[in-house]
Amino acid sequence: MFNKKELEEIAADNKRWQRIFKESVSKTPERLERFSTVSGRPIQNLYTPLDLRDLDYSKDIGLPGQYPFTRGVQPSMYRGRLWTMRMFAGLGSARDTNKRFHLLVNEGQTGLSTAFDMPTLMGYDTDSPRSRGECGRCGVAIDTLKDMEILFEGLPIDRITTSMTINPPASVLWAMYIAMAEKRGISRSAIGGTIQNDMLKEFIAQKTFMCPPRPSMRLIIDTIEFGTKEVPKWNPISISGYHIREAGSTAVQELAFTLANGIAYLEAAVERGLDVDSFAPRLSFFFNSHLDFFEEIAKFRAARRMWARIMKERFKAKDPRSMWLRFHTQTAGCSLTAQQPYNNITRTALEALAAVLGGTQSLHTNALDEVLALPTEEAATIALRTQQIIAEESGVANTPDPLGGSFFVERLTKDIEEEAFQYIRKIDDMRGMVTAIERNYPQMEIADSAYRYQEQISSGEKTVVGVNKYGAEEELPLKTVQVEPGLEEKQIQWTNRVKNSRDNTKVRDALEKLGEAAQRDDNLMHYIIDAVKEYATLQEICDVFRDVFGVYRDPGIY
Amino acid sequence: MNQKRKIRILVAKPGLDGHDRGARIIARAYRDAGFEVVYSGLHQTPEEIVQAAIQEDVDMIGLSSLAGAHMYLFPRVVELLKEKDAEDIVVCGGGIFPEEDIPKLKRAGIKEIFTPGTPLAVVTKWVEENLKPRG
Repeated sequence: MFNKKELEEIAADNKRWQRIFKESVSKTPERLERFSTVSGRPIQNLYTPLDLRDLDYSKDIGLPGQYPFTRGVQPSMYRGRLWTMRMFAGLGSARDTNKRFHLLVNEGQTGLSTAFDMPTLMGYDTDSPRSRGECGRCGVAIDTLKDMEILFEGLPIDRITTSMTINPPASVLWAMYIAMAEKRGISRSAIGGTIQNDMLKEFIAQKTFMCPPRPSMRLIIDTIEFGTKEVPKWNPISISGYHIREAGSTAVQELAFTLANGIAYLEAAVERGLDVDSFAPRLSFFFNSHLDFFEEIAKFRAARRMWARIMKERFKAKDPRSMWLRFHTQTAGCSLTAQQPYNNITRTALEALAAVLGGTQSLHTNALDEVLALPTEEAATIALRTQQIIAEESGVANTPDPLGGSFFVERLTKDIEEEAFQYIRKIDDMRGMVTAIERNYPQMEIADSAYRYQEQISSGEKTVVGVNKYGAEEELPLKTVQVEPGLEEKQIQWTNRVKNSRDNTKVRDALEKLGEAAQRDDNLMHYIIDAVKEYATLQEICDVFRDVFGVYRDPGIY
Repeated sequence: MNQKRKIRILVAKPGLDGHDRGARIIARAYRDAGFEVVYSGLHQTPEEIVQAAIQEDVDMIGLSSLAGAHMYLFPRVVELLKEKDAEDIVVCGGGIFPEEDIPKLKRAGIKEIFTPGTPLAVVTKWVEENLKPRG
């Protein structure tokens, strides 16, 4: 980006400066022996144009909305439209969560995002023995289509998009959403939203399992194929690094494993016979925004550039939209502290700011009390207001990629890209992510990073304010949400009523057809929709998958 | 040849909660502190955990929960140990718990509760100070 003569002059200046720097440090030593990011990346004492010698402006950085999209997927970025403020919510019964959704929409939220309880996430009904004690605890309980109908009652699902964080049984919850919309007279081609549906990162990090990796891939490709044809405004998968990071990975591992998962899905879909440009524009991504401000911004920028290159060079995509890495961001839950919880507002604000400077398409900001329980309405509102302040008061949304060209940020972006590509090559050498997962490779890499980070906190090498430094004797009291006692019993009774009022012959018939189709190569989505419309329960459908495909068990490595 | 038996610990994840970052870090910390460690893996029922504890002849079970089902799952493990005459196995818990649940869990027989931010050294030292290898 600089010519040879300029660089020579800068190099000479820099040499002089480094001497001045050394002298200054000999009088007043630096605060730390080693400066490094949250991920342990060493940081230099200064960044200059010399650090960008291997970068070419048009090839590597370019313009917003132009390949390789380092500076954003849209030409105008937030000058055109702000990111979607999408707060993750779900608790108790469908009725309780419906109330929270209405509140959020009235407060100005522009998209819905659903959190399910553990039994729903794992494909069990509330009355399963495995579900004891879990109903409605970390999200909403959904047993049948009836619950889905109540969950979205009165909400404008033809105008608002809905994201559902659901993985092993994603196809079933999506089928329920489609059926719910159609019962309201809204066609499947008109609804928009996202299902997470990313099983590879479940095996790697979030750990909600149902079937083994290979049949899980088949179910996912079924949804991609079905969505491409029949639900064109839906993102059938959200390829997620969020949970990889929460499990303790570094920024580079989060990026590399997420993109490697993306590659695995693409290869599987192409193998199914789908044309890359027919479905790739509907693939969406989901990243974590952690505390290390510049490292995170660089990670988001590197992600866009890498995906564009992967799509163009590896998958020969022609449609630029196939090359866009569009992503949702959530601030890092694992960075929040139970101690002095009000500090979490500040942490979340910094992380949200990094996500915006990194060019996110939508954002969830964690509530200050989420480290302890599901957020109270008050805490959730502060978190939403944090985004509104960034969007409408701070001025950071006035121009695309405001940190583009920063010597530091560009260097970090390039380093992160190179290191992440190294990981991807390693995974390619193992014949792809599915095999790498079967060998526990990403799982072990993450466990090592997580342990290293915890040791750094325990030794005080890394500071966590209010935990290993600046602790307080007295804590400000915090009121947290309590799940209604007796909810589990009520939900079980409710679902029993639904089961008693449906036509059980039709349910059995639909489940049998699903089972037969699963043993063939048919796309299962239509069979699942038929079953949910007869009010088959989530578990009845998932048990068909477990019977046909088998059950995955945690290898329990540490 | 009276070699001293090492303290044996089962680190276990009861219920459907998938948050295993803490459990796996604690398992490593116990191992690095010189204990023998068995890790249950995820999604274990209280019955499966108690069975594994007896089979593996452990001195302690460390339960981890971060998704809110601890008030059913933790006391259930203690109850089952009693039923199997194995109440000499100490049960501890770690994870996210509302403040008011902690005394309730202790009354239900959970010997100690560790919350987020506890240094690893505190967790391992507790075992050294409170447990003796059995037999």
